[in-house]
Amino acid sequence: MLLEALLASVLLGAGIVALAPNRYAGKLAAAISLVPLVGSLYLWSAFDGVANALLSGGEPAFETTIAWIDLAGYQLQWHVGLDGVSVPLVILTTILTTAAIVSAWTPIDERESQFYALVLLLEAGLLGVFAALDFFLWFVFWEVVLVPMYFLIAIWGGPRRKYAAIKFFVYTNVASLAMFIGFIALVFGLGDSVTTLGLPEITQALQEPGALGEFAGLGPAALKAAAFFAMFAGFAVKVPMVPFHTWLPDAHVEAPTPVSVLLAGVLLKMGTYALLRFNFTMLPDVAKANAEIIAIFAVVSVIYGALLALAQRDLKRIVAYSSISSMGYVLLGLIAYTVHGLGGATFQMVSHGFISGLMFMVVGVIYNQTHTRMVGDMSGLADRMPVTVGIFVAAAFGYMGLPLMSGFAAEVLIFLGAFPSTVLPGAPIFTALAMFGIVIVAGYLLLAMQRTLFGPFSLATDYELGRAPVHDVAPLVVLLACVIALGVAPDLFYGMIQDAVRPILELGGGV
Amino acid sequence: MALIELPTWAALAPALVLGATALVLFLIDSIEPEPDTTSPTLLTGVGLAGALSALGFNVWYLIAGTGQTTAIELFGGQLMVDGMTLVLGTIVASVLALVVIASYDYIAEEPHQAEYFSLLFLAATGMTLLGSVDSFATAFIALELSSLPSYALVSYLKDNRGSVEAGLKYFLVGALSSAIFAYGISLVYGATGSLQFDAVASAVDPTALPGILGVGIVMIVGGVAFKTASVPFHFWAPEAYEGAPTPISAFISSASKAAGFVLAFRIFTTAFPIDAVAGTIDWLLLFQVLAVATMVLGNFAAATQENVKRMLAYSSVGHAGYVLIALAALTPQANPDLVLGAGMLHLLVYGFMNTGAFLFVGLAEYWDVGRTFEDYNGLASEAPVASVAMTVFLFSLAGLPVGAGFLSKYVLFGAAVGAGLWWLAAIGAIASALSLFYYSRVVKALWIEEPTEEFEIDSYPVGLYTAIVVAAVVTVLLLPAFGLASEEAIAAAGALV
Repeated sequence: MLLEALLASVLLGAGIVALAPNRYAGKLAAAISLVPLVGSLYLWSAFDGVANALLSGGEPAFETTIAWIDLAGYQLQWHVGLDGVSVPLVILTTILTTAAIVSAWTPIDERESQFYALVLLLEAGLLGVFAALDFFLWFVFWEVVLVPMYFLIAIWGGPRRKYAAIKFFVYTNVASLAMFIGFIALVFGLGDSVTTLGLPEITQALQEPGALGEFAGLGPAALKAAAFFAMFAGFAVKVPMVPFHTWLPDAHVEAPTPVSVLLAGVLLKMGTYALLRFNFTMLPDVAKANAEIIAIFAVVSVIYGALLALAQRDLKRIVAYSSISSMGYVLLGLIAYTVHGLGGATFQMVSHGFISGLMFMVVGVIYNQTHTRMVGDMSGLADRMPVTVGIFVAAAFGYMGLPLMSGFAAEVLIFLGAFPSTVLPGAPIFTALAMFGIVIVAGYLLLAMQRTLFGPFSLATDYELGRAPVHDVAPLVVLLACVIALGVAPDLFYGMIQDAVRPILELGGGV
Repeated sequence: MALIELPTWAALAPALVLGATALVLFLIDSIEPEPDTTSPTLLTGVGLAGALSALGFNVWYLIAGTGQTTAIELFGGQLMVDGMTLVLGTIVASVLALVVIASYDYIAEEPHQAEYFSLLFLAATGMTLLGSVDSFATAFIALELSSLPSYALVSYLKDNRGSVEAGLKYFLVGALSSAIFAYGISLVYGATGSLQFDAVASAVDPTALPGILGVGIVMIVGGVAFKTASVPFHFWAPEAYEGAPTPISAFISSASKAAGFVLAFRIFTTAFPIDAVAGTIDWLLLFQVLAVATMVLGNFAAATQENVKRMLAYSSVGHAGYVLIALAALTPQANPDLVLGAGMLHLLVYGFMNTGAFLFVGLAEYWDVGRTFEDYNGLASEAPVASVAMTVFLFSLAGLPVGAGFLSKYVLFGAAVGAGLWWLAAIGAIASALSLFYYSRVVKALWIEEPTEEFEIDSYPVGLYTAIVVAAVVTVLLLPAFGLASEEAIAAAGALV
């Protein structure tokens, strides 16, 4: 019941904050968000899950199963539980939410109680996505995330916020619908061999040879392929992958900084998490048969995302596009089907969550003081805001993969995993191409830093540049600590991640 | 098992209660010597008592299992009571109760309130009866009983040109489609020699007069399409919903649509099972075409509206398209319980969310804030509770999981995929994504836009607020409690097929 208590506390907290006066809402929300944060750390310390929650032999921790809806032969359940892949993501969510709430104290100055209530609602949805083990339950959480996100962008965002919000809304909704149809076709193709929409049951049924029958005129192989690509397209929008990425820069640039933090830090991970759970665990044979195509998607995302970032002047846009690039690495790790490939990809989800959240937050702190994010509009900030700039530099090096930062561990694991892949023909070439992305990342980050942070001081906007307040800097320090901790000791999470992804390899093929 | 054995006619109690309430309301009005001096509180109170006791009977029978193992036949097979009857009765009575409470404020200034309430109850009686008809003769009578009072109700605001025009248009299209329906019945009678649904099914002989039977079936589809506001007989819907007093728009677009669909479900599963009428007309294909046309037309038209009420009217056409999937997907490989049950579930949830959305528009009219999206700008700062409720209704209509509309819509799409019609689900999905765009325009106006001018809101009407909040609470609660409704709806559908 721990997970339920956690979710209930966040939902209840959202209700309380919504009714609280604006003046206290921020502090109250931060205090309330400590409950799931502490709770999730407890979940981590008490974690006793075994292997992968979806596969046979897997025993998720903190599991609850309650019958929910009976739909003419298909049982929908309240089924939640955590395994080694979901625990790190849950912790990422709770830490980033608290950090985002504290970082919102300065920039958010109207309708505060609504803002913080929506952030907590978002947290509840995100936690649900990572905890749910029943398809419909998971889908409820998956879609519920859109609602607070829509309001957060559309009410507190920048000048083009309404356009960005509706684009995000409709784009991701269409994607969900495509995914839904693909998945349901697969379920009906399984016929009587499944009686619930539980993800473990469906995954395990799909592994049985001959379980999948003919459906709607498609034979088993064609049905699998059709379902795979419908789901792949649906999740690719969320990740986002080139060419489905166009909603992301708009949403990021218009969203207020604390919301960008959650958008890049956690929301994008929903897409890669779902890819891992659905496409790569349920239908490994289709993924392996199409390994080159998927790897091309991955490498194009890495390179093209990085090149797009190189072309930007807006610091926020730079970070936004570089997220596309980083998510490409995740996909490359997944398609490698090796322990370090899958594990590194999962580790990269967490690592990138912290680093990109940190980057957005630093840009936000700078913006709070300078009221500009344009690279050409400022220079020499290092003298005026030494702590903030120091963290900026550290975060950027984390992004580039400096050793002892989590980004280094994640990328090394992915490359180590991808290089010897036997699933992906030409794996060394794809890996080498993807590695080239790091060079571009280093290029645009160093360039941006050199022009904004160093050199003689100048500022195009007329603002008195002061030191950032403590509550702006404190979350930066916390996130940086997380990045370094994971870089120094990846085993904090990597052990359980490996446990959870190893059974996927036993489904056939791989190292 | 009930402690007391009720006589079989007691199974019709929900319809009887509604009919009796209509007569009691007439009686109260005729006791008052002066016209229009009857206390509105008394009328609303009696109405609410009638609606709630009808609801109580329906829920009681559903729980007690009345007529659900074997349907109760009445009057020599002319009427019947089974699970489908009771689920429809529940929808109609719930919507009616909400509309009665809301009308207390909405028509507070209007004359002829007693007539308004009695017509409302007569229409509700007809709609409830539509769920228990078992022959084409009673079907036609129940259809007319639900339609005729509705025409008068739509033009109730007789000094308002929009209302009168709406009533006229509704009446003309309704009269035409009634004629088509009646002619279709006569053709079916000519081909089979029977009016009773089961007898029609067993008398169907595809080799004898297949053309006449086929034309008859197509004409009956036309009559049903009118009642459910589906293409090609949807023309009346936008005008009627826009011009009518808003509680009446809510009532017709929710309850009347549900009644029309239940009639269709019964006719096409009992009287014209697809195997029996093979060789005359493939009504599966017909409904597939109608479902696509209705979904696409309703949603695209809704996306281009500037007036909130008219947008809801077209969205109501779009939702008729979603429910048509339930008939279109009765393919041989489908799980018929799930397909029809999904349609019933969507009608049930739709009853609450759509009624609530219309009533919010009624609230806005009560405050004179105007009719377009822009007029709603910033309304949330003045009426946060009602705006939260409206947001729940709209997002639930759009299929986001803030309300049960999410589950009912996806179960419906899932059932279509299960029937092998993944392309139908895909078209529904595109229409649904489009609907997110226009529904969120209202949400954007309420919460995000700045008000263009000051609102002059001096009172918060108790009745309208109560109805809106209750509808919102039920819409949200049906999400976790979906299992209770789905069990009944799927069992009711299973009894039909």
